[in-house]
Amino acid sequence: MNWKIICTVYLKELKDSLRDRRTLISIIVVPTLVMPLMTFGFGTIASKVINQAREETPTVVILDGADSPGVVARLQESKAVKVVAATEDWKQRIADKKIRAAVRIPAGFEAGLKGGAAPPVMIYHYEGELKSKFGVDGLEQFFRELRERTVTERLAEKALPATLVKPFEFRRENVAPPEKVGGNLIGGIVPYLIIILCFTGAMYPAMDLTAGEKERGTMETLLCSPVARGDIVFGKFLLVLSGSLSAMGFMLISMGTTALVAGAMFAGGGAAKMAQAVGPAKAAANPLLPMIDPLGLVGVLAMVLPVAVLFAAVALTISLFAKSYKEAQSYLAPLMIVIIMPAVIGILPGIDLNARLALVPLLNLSLVCREMLSGVWHWNYIAIIFGSSCVYAAVALWLAVKTFNREDVIFRA
Amino acid sequence: MIEARHLTKTFRDKKRGEIRAADDISFRVEPGQIYGLLGANGAGKTTTLRLLATLLQPTSGSATIAGFDVVRDAQQVRANVGFLAASTALYGRLTAREMIAYFGQLNGLSDADIRARTKRIADELDMHEFLDRRCEKFSTGMKQKTSLARTLIHDPAVMIFDEPTLGLDVMTARAIVKFVRECRNRGKTVIYSTHVMSEVEKLCDTIGIIHDGKLLAEGTLAGLRAAHGEQDMEEIFVKIVGGDDAP
Repeated sequence: MNWKIICTVYLKELKDSLRDRRTLISIIVVPTLVMPLMTFGFGTIASKVINQAREETPTVVILDGADSPGVVARLQESKAVKVVAATEDWKQRIADKKIRAAVRIPAGFEAGLKGGAAPPVMIYHYEGELKSKFGVDGLEQFFRELRERTVTERLAEKALPATLVKPFEFRRENVAPPEKVGGNLIGGIVPYLIIILCFTGAMYPAMDLTAGEKERGTMETLLCSPVARGDIVFGKFLLVLSGSLSAMGFMLISMGTTALVAGAMFAGGGAAKMAQAVGPAKAAANPLLPMIDPLGLVGVLAMVLPVAVLFAAVALTISLFAKSYKEAQSYLAPLMIVIIMPAVIGILPGIDLNARLALVPLLNLSLVCREMLSGVWHWNYIAIIFGSSCVYAAVALWLAVKTFNREDVIFRA
Repeated sequence: MIEARHLTKTFRDKKRGEIRAADDISFRVEPGQIYGLLGANGAGKTTTLRLLATLLQPTSGSATIAGFDVVRDAQQVRANVGFLAASTALYGRLTAREMIAYFGQLNGLSDADIRARTKRIADELDMHEFLDRRCEKFSTGMKQKTSLARTLIHDPAVMIFDEPTLGLDVMTARAIVKFVRECRNRGKTVIYSTHVMSEVEKLCDTIGIIHDGKLLAEGTLAGLRAAHGEQDMEEIFVKIVGGDDAP
């Protein structure tokens, strides 16, 4: 190991990479844009669609009910639904989304309410359709209230207290601190993004520095200089690692900025109107962004470091085999899917960290990051994960040096 | 000085099995001499020169360059060799000056040394006009000059040229040939591979004819002419490579 040479190689590769547009896009532009686009683009569109559906009063039709004029009249006055005239093809109209739901009030319903048991009310809806669900919600709420009122009236007639059928009430209240809620909500997506950006950040410099050099014929030039191949590969590795870490760094900075801006926009007092316009769901979701445990973020960075080393070494080794940039791309692109899978599994709810999962690379990172961002610290798992990641990274780095010393790989014809 | 003793390099190929790209090659080049390695494409010239430049390791046999063994002291060998091949390209995103400086640094030169030597070499090769421009936009001639400067920055005792005129126009090729001759005049040990007969005739003190990985004949131009009773280098070459009457 000659650190002066490693440094020389690193600085040259840095200069070279900073002049390469593809590398710059992958390590600076994409990571910076991904969070704002997700928050403001996707988030805004999603919440707009939902709020639009919510603001629209669902239209429903009433079937039969000729002998229950009181109930029909009250339903027509209800603000939760908009009653329109019934037609023969009401089923088709629900399917065509012309109306959202239908309700059949059976014959003798109102008479039943006064006397003893009333026949059941049927609600027809379109399963899985959001706006149809809102229609059903409105109808169900109406009939639930009707039922309760009927119960209260009957009890009053017999001079019995309302508590006879409802001896107690119950309520629920959230005790999780806001950063835990935030950590659980976005704790899954942040490690996922970090893993992907770490890899894409490593991918382009790795390809450029190995297969790209072979393709352009500079590899042979470099190898005839009087330095150990291990030093060259180490200098190159450090640059690939820098690419990976910088992609992550730019993503985190942009995420922080986005969270602050989004927080100010949607939750700030002056912008309350705006928040109202976009809807309560959006305003409630966004203040959670900055509410992840900052210490957790530091923990995440520490855990990501060995994984970034692993990515850098693996990307370097694999692209070394390729003769050209294109060939390297066709090797690394499928690998991307392999990497995304454990990251996605980490987002799934209900999967909790255990000793065996702590040894699965990437999945362990994704799980532990979610925990740390919500302020949970399982030190024994954290130690296992950090240790195993370091071992995997060391093996990958050793493999990269080994591969670089293989003349059949470097001079593959 | 270059000395190759029974240099052999075999490659494995899935279809063709074992290939002997260099087969028992022995020769010697003294300082102030140009040794020409003449052979058709695929004869084994590049493999032989890559073995000497320690880019490849010999399967068997050995070689010393400036007293260093190509296997045991590979790094010292590379420190004493300037290797220029058609396949050794420049970093397109660096300027000529940065390119030269990078290889100076890799050779352990100080910044002051690099500055002084770059200036001297740029004077000699008339490079000042494009020294601070990026290599990717260079003409072939400018690229070739920058490559030469790169091989010369550490002032090596041994120069290895692997088909340096491949694909160059006449004027650029002539400039290279002239430069190789200057290297010899300065007392460097030079080995030069080509498949162009006229270059060998003009340039080389000793000629080795290589075919199918084997060194079939060796001698001065006059010696080869006398031994084969032909004046034309091409006729001599065909006789040696294609006929059974080769010695």
